Parts: sequence; C-alpha cells; structure tokens
Amino acid sequence: MFTVRVQAEDFDAAAEHVRLTAGRTDIGAVVTFTGLCRDEEGTLAALELEHYPGMAEAEMNRVLAASRARWPLDGAILVHRYGKIAPGGNIVLVVTASRHRAAAFAAAEFLMDYLKTRAPFWKKEHRRDGTSGAWVEAKDADDRALEKWSGLLD
Amino acid sequence: MVKLVYFAWVRERVGKPEESVDLPASVTTIADLIVWLAGRGEEYAYAFENGPLIRAAIDRTHVKHDASVAGAREIAFFPPMTGG
Repeated sequence: MFTVRVQAEDFDAAAEHVRLTAGRTDIGAVVTFTGLCRDEEGTLAALELEHYPGMAEAEMNRVLAASRARWPLDGAILVHRYGKIAPGGNIVLVVTASRHRAAAFAAAEFLMDYLKTRAPFWKKEHRRDGTSGAWVEAKDADDRALEKWSGLLD
Repeated sequence: MVKLVYFAWVRERVGKPEESVDLPASVTTIADLIVWLAGRGEEYAYAFENGPLIRAAIDRTHVKHDASVAGAREIAFFPPMTGG
C-alpha cells in the first residue's frame, strides 16, 4: 500500500503502521516518523499550517514516487495536516515498510527532507502573548539536508 | 486569462488569495510576470519586493523563474516551504 493524505484531522501513527502491514508476511522493517508541534520554550500557543490544495497531494506523490524508484519499498504512508495545531500535536507522518531496515530508514529520511522543502505547506506562529502573524522562515539547514540525495529530484 | 494564486505572506501582502488576469504579450516567463506584478500597485510591490526569493508553480508543479508561462492555466506564487 502506498498512500498520501492531506487532512485537518489528527492521525494515529500506530493505526497507520497496522494498516500498512495488515495481512503482510514479507515485510521485515517498518520505520515510523512523526513530526510534532513544539512549544518553543513555552512561547508558542499554536502553529497554523496553510497549504496549496491539489499541489500538496501532487508534490507528496512525486516525492513518494522518487523514493520508490530508489529503494525497494513494500509500502509507505505519508500524512500531512493543515489548520491550527497546538504544541504537542501531530503535524506530519511518514511510515515506510521494506524487507530490510536500511531501505526503510533511508527512504523515511529522504521523504521527510523532501516534504519539508518541496511540499507546499507554510507555518504561521500564534504566540502565547497574543501576538501572531510571524511566518516561520525556511532554514538553510533544510536545503543542505537535500544535498545527500542530490539528483533525485530537480 | 490565467489564474494567479498566492499563499502565506505573498497572499497576505497582495491582499487576496487569487485572481484572474490577462497577461501582456511582453510577459513570457515567471521572472517577467514577477516584474509585471510588482508594478501593479503598492501591495504588489511589497509582495514581490524580493522577487528572487519567491517560489512559483505552474499548474501545480514547481518551476524556476526562467520557465515559460505559455499555456499556463494556474500560476502560484509563495514563500519557501516550511511544512514538515
């Protein structure tokens, strides 16, 4: 099973893991990554995630296709939420399954690195002091993280 | 007519999420379009003041600023992505 979802609702990482492996006896490794909303030392009330409907799903599918071309994956689930998310809440989920762990680990890291820099989502901060309006700035470190995968996507 | 869509602080600065426009013949690339948009008024000048930083997509696929806009149905402008 290979699935991409963009949704406002929360997700259950354990349930997605079960969905991916149900009825399968050939899978030897599942890697689950969950990205959470941090409270930034108690200053953040919530993150608001804006997305580009249609392109978000399309880009996540392109990144997923690139991962399947490079690693022998037996399944993957990508879920990205949008809307207002409080500290501690889930933002993004990547689950990869393969015969062996190396492919599952590497593909999960690749998928996260590319989702962060290519999937059209933007975070706006709402602060506990009542101020809001600051858009999170893209990090050079996120762009540098792509260098180890050079050539897989434009 | 081509549909333009804006996201995050580009949307906030322009003051609207989308619009349909007739492009002048002089606009053939994304870079041309950014220059043309920046000349449409104060809010556009502010949104596109740092043109090279702005990302673009044509029909929901990322493109570089030298990409042709010929045949485009929907062109999007937005800041670097910060999801994940």
